[in-house]
Amino acid sequence: MRRIVTATVNNQSGVLNRVTGLLSKRQFNIESITVGYTEKEGISKMTFVVNVDDDQKIEQLIKQLNKQIDVLKVSDITDQAIVARELALIKVLSNGQVRNEIGGIVEPFRASIIDVSRDSVTVQVTGDSAKIEAIIDLLRPYGIKELARTGITAFTRGSQKSVTELKQYSLLK
Amino acid sequence: MRAKVRAEAEPLRETMSGADVLIQALKEENVEVLFGYPGGAVLPIYDSLYKNPIKHILTKHEQGAIHAAEGYARVSGKPGVVIATSGPGATNLVTGIADAMMDSLPLVIFTGQVATNVIGTDAFQESDVMGITTPITKHNYQVRDAGDLPRIVKEAFHIATTGRPGPVVVDIPKDISNSFTDPKFDEEVNLPGYQPTTQPNILQIKKLKEAISESKKPVILAGAGVLHGNASHDLLTFAEEMKIPVTNTLLGLGSFPGDHPLFLGMAGMHGTYAANMALYECDLLISIGARFDDRLTGNLKHFAPEATVAHIDIDPAEIGKNVKTEIPIVSDAGEAIRKLSEQNGTPAESEQWRAHLSGYKKDYPLWYKEEKEKLLPQRLVELIHEHTEGEAIVTTDVGQHQMWAAQYYQFKNPNRWVTSGGLGTMGFGFPAAIGAQLAFPDKTVVGLVGDGGFQMTLQELSVLQELNLPVKVVILNNQSLGMVRQWQETFYEERYSHSLIPVQPDFVRLAEAYGIKGYKVSSEKEAAEVFKETMNNEEPVVIDCRVCGLENVFPMIAPGKGLHEMIGVKP
Repeated sequence: MRRIVTATVNNQSGVLNRVTGLLSKRQFNIESITVGYTEKEGISKMTFVVNVDDDQKIEQLIKQLNKQIDVLKVSDITDQAIVARELALIKVLSNGQVRNEIGGIVEPFRASIIDVSRDSVTVQVTGDSAKIEAIIDLLRPYGIKELARTGITAFTRGSQKSVTELKQYSLLK
Repeated sequence: MRAKVRAEAEPLRETMSGADVLIQALKEENVEVLFGYPGGAVLPIYDSLYKNPIKHILTKHEQGAIHAAEGYARVSGKPGVVIATSGPGATNLVTGIADAMMDSLPLVIFTGQVATNVIGTDAFQESDVMGITTPITKHNYQVRDAGDLPRIVKEAFHIATTGRPGPVVVDIPKDISNSFTDPKFDEEVNLPGYQPTTQPNILQIKKLKEAISESKKPVILAGAGVLHGNASHDLLTFAEEMKIPVTNTLLGLGSFPGDHPLFLGMAGMHGTYAANMALYECDLLISIGARFDDRLTGNLKHFAPEATVAHIDIDPAEIGKNVKTEIPIVSDAGEAIRKLSEQNGTPAESEQWRAHLSGYKKDYPLWYKEEKEKLLPQRLVELIHEHTEGEAIVTTDVGQHQMWAAQYYQFKNPNRWVTSGGLGTMGFGFPAAIGAQLAFPDKTVVGLVGDGGFQMTLQELSVLQELNLPVKVVILNNQSLGMVRQWQETFYEERYSHSLIPVQPDFVRLAEAYGIKGYKVSSEKEAAEVFKETMNNEEPVVIDCRVCGLENVFPMIAPGKGLHEMIGVKP
């Protein structure tokens, strides 16, 4: 099962190595990982998506991460109401004739064309993984020259209760 | 901001070099002995040590230094402190760091590093110590500013010795040792990411106490966590009051008196039949400071299948890692046992169960076929026990001799047993004996080693010579890598591939080359005579014991088998 785990860490050199080294040492499969600064100086936040066999494994992963001195807090937020976003850059083959067609795909996805050359356009799209998969599928027939995805970054929604009473928004379940 | 205020208040005093700060910081931590080996990148540190001395043991190899520090830490409960240079000095420590990590020993290790401006350029004697040691340390640091040294040293000792103990590496580039700073030694440790839980949750304690009252077949599995928590006495009181039989892990030996009627012996692959059957048949398993290692549990499918499992451990990650746990208690072992004792509750109605287990103890004890002509290794361990009255500190490597020591040297007291459990390191026992002897100069320390393991670190004989340390090196010499040979006999149809080593040095003359008395014994009578003469005197000695070569360690749980499927049980 896929789980989204966030970790608040000290922004020390080597902390990414500690976390990824720990995961690989204990045979956890990382699907994606993102790291960036937070609102607090010296504190970074990591979001990773992992594939685990069962609850016991995810519990072990969280406990092992918690043991790291530079890791301040670890949460498995998969089952909570969360906002999870990913960004993708897609360079698509296009001459002048199909450029408009591509524009027609980009618009409903609220994506944007951020670079144009004689034989290609680069599309930037943000959203959940399903949305990004969908636009990639639509653009594939034109020929994708290059594709780069950031992986998911996520945190819990400001209000847990009202959202969970509605349909729970969870990306990966 | 604070630095600015200080600068205005008084002129900046850059009075101490990084190396001087380090030595001073070690003194602040009351470090009594360092185990180390000098080299280029630690020249400034050794120069400071020359001017401001701390007792320093110069081993002949960095591996000897770190194993000695492990032995020191295991018996004294104090952190072992190691210094080595960059590059090869640091990489020579790796086995010992991994060993200390597996067996939860508090070590603080200082490694030199090339200067900061050449880190990453493949400079002379550069190695990526942070990269190499991250997976095998509790934590590690690279010092980037000499002013950070007092804080880092304080944190390193704090992390190494609290919670679940473990090794901490501090990597110090040479230019940092040489640079000047105005140190502040009085800062408090502030680690928001490191807050080990030492007090048990009282609801879980109540739950366990109720489970004990309801149980008919309880058993306690006591591991090294009981020793780290100084809780042997509390455990004894608790087990007696609650009438619960006790078994030990390999590393937990000594946490419960070996001759106590409630004691079942060691459990696990080469444990006693009574201990393993108790784990198999019990209805309540109380594990205290043990981590359910695969050599203990055997096949997990058959481990304590009927039991409610209560697991007391200071490391939450150990709870539920291998064995499903109904009553998890994250706590220091001593705190948990004392809270359990304070809690009201009736003892287990375990009379029948205890009688049942006593039957196992009586009918299926540890056993070997007596042979008067030969020196049997099991008998050798019993002889050492007799001649040291079971009071010696015994250190071992890994393998047959280790298992025989665990089976036959009935430990009466805690912190007398020093062995490489988790990593299973050959060459550990002898240097560990040196460290243990330094911690307790007046106690008898027996370095019980195999002929294979001894030859991995025997160069440290020169430390015995130099310091006249009265370590008793007893070589259980079966002219083979005994455990490898045993497995080849049992599982590889006696194809003894590279496990027989009939060509050996003359260990007596080898000892004499180091100025140490050497003996060779090949019968029980000779062994008894030499032990009588040497075990309680104040000189080092090397005793080459030519034991019967083809003995096997029994009983045994074969790999993949369950606790109840022991082979080699007394017929």
